[in-house]
Amino acid sequence: MTSATQLLKSFTLWEFLKAHALTLKYFFKPKVTINYPFEKSPLSPRFRGEHALRRYPNGEERCIACKLCEAVCPAQAITIESEPREDGSRRTTRYDIDMTKCIYCGFCQEACPVDAVVEGPNFEYATETREELLYDKAKLLANGDKWERAIAANLEADAPYR
Amino acid sequence: MTEFFQSFGMSYEWAWTVATLVGIITISLLVMFSVAMVIYVDRKVLGAIMMRRGPNVVGPFGLLQSFADGLKVFLQETIIPSAANKGIFLLAPIITFTVALAAWAVIPFDAGVVVSDINVGLLYILAISSLGVYGVVMSGWASNSKYPFFSAMRAAAQMISYEVSIGFVLVCVVLFAGTFNMSGIVMAQQGHGLGFVNGFFFNPLLFPMFVVFFISALAETARAPFDLTEAESELVAGYQTEYSSMAFALFWLGEYANILLMCSLCTLLFMGGWLPPVEWAPLYYVPGIVWFLLKTFFFFFLFSWIWATVPRYRYDQLMRLGWKVFLPMSLIFVALISGYLMATGHFS
Repeated sequence: MTSATQLLKSFTLWEFLKAHALTLKYFFKPKVTINYPFEKSPLSPRFRGEHALRRYPNGEERCIACKLCEAVCPAQAITIESEPREDGSRRTTRYDIDMTKCIYCGFCQEACPVDAVVEGPNFEYATETREELLYDKAKLLANGDKWERAIAANLEADAPYR
Repeated sequence: MTEFFQSFGMSYEWAWTVATLVGIITISLLVMFSVAMVIYVDRKVLGAIMMRRGPNVVGPFGLLQSFADGLKVFLQETIIPSAANKGIFLLAPIITFTVALAAWAVIPFDAGVVVSDINVGLLYILAISSLGVYGVVMSGWASNSKYPFFSAMRAAAQMISYEVSIGFVLVCVVLFAGTFNMSGIVMAQQGHGLGFVNGFFFNPLLFPMFVVFFISALAETARAPFDLTEAESELVAGYQTEYSSMAFALFWLGEYANILLMCSLCTLLFMGGWLPPVEWAPLYYVPGIVWFLLKTFFFFFLFSWIWATVPRYRYDQLMRLGWKVFLPMSLIFVALISGYLMATGHFS
């Protein structure tokens, strides 16, 4: 480019006008943001959200206290204690997940032989205190009861690829 | 309005005092309200250009967002750094804010709708807008912190550099208008272009000056692309870094009040103020203040649009533009315009 046209361009603010035409075009484009609390983007069936402990349809808890999830957990967020129940089956007496340690890798879900611990589709569980994020067994089972339908549907959708 | 108060049996002096006070309060409140709305518009425009929604939750379409922010900021604690110079630290935002509001005294919103219709209105505005830099410099100094200090030095240099070319642009306008009175300048623009277009904007000699004025106004109010006084990537938040709560809000309000002032100056000096764009009788049925607000809003939209489009200037580029482009250019135009006016017998 010759210096004359360069000079002309800079004095007519040519580049600025071009840039402003571009941004004006974007001004009228539809928004890409969704109205989050009112609209939500779709989630994959594999989405790894809040943890839950599932039950069998007859109400029996699935977890058999094999402690594979505790062993595989890279963040060591899971703590399990167990002893035999009155009927002789081995069950957990304590199943804690420290949600502040958890890195949401999904290894616990993969390790579980009975599909007991799963990461559900829920991601809106922010709390006001840190202590509320130290989940115990009751909380995890309650999560399982609350989200069972969504979790079951997701597991079924993902089953062919496992 | 003085006559209105005189009709209650007040003496002329009292009526004048009360009328002026009412005018001051009305205009201050209106400017504050417009600042709140304009911050909302700013965020909406910026959001739209970035394909975001902008504030849309507080009130209908998010219209009350600024008021919610104001309330939040009002309820917070004003933190004064222990190393700060307390008196100056607290005085600085007050100066910025007061000066930003003081300039509105001579802005005519419509024919005769002005707090003080002084004959040197333009000089008054020049003087007041130069004072604005004191708030910034004092806050930067009193914070006793390195980034605010850098920012204050930049602000001082930047505002002084661009005020020079603004001064020369105003000389050009005054040469054409033949008066320093803001209302007089507006009336001089009536039918200026080909006898029916209102505004110096359409004068080929004054249009380049309008561009210089507009860009200098961006620099004067430290708006993008000249916002190096608060370049967040280098200076945290510039001179406002150590401020919180109401002190911060005063800077914020003052800044936007200044931007609105510059927009209304563009309107008054180049776009024919409260006059409709063209001389056509039906357009005069629209109240003058509507035209004034429409034009001011248009310029504010330009400010936001520019903010969303251009990246920040480097400091040396800023100085180069001010001293090596705008200053010679406006000087040449002062000579050209006075020559033209002499040749056409304007001064006889």
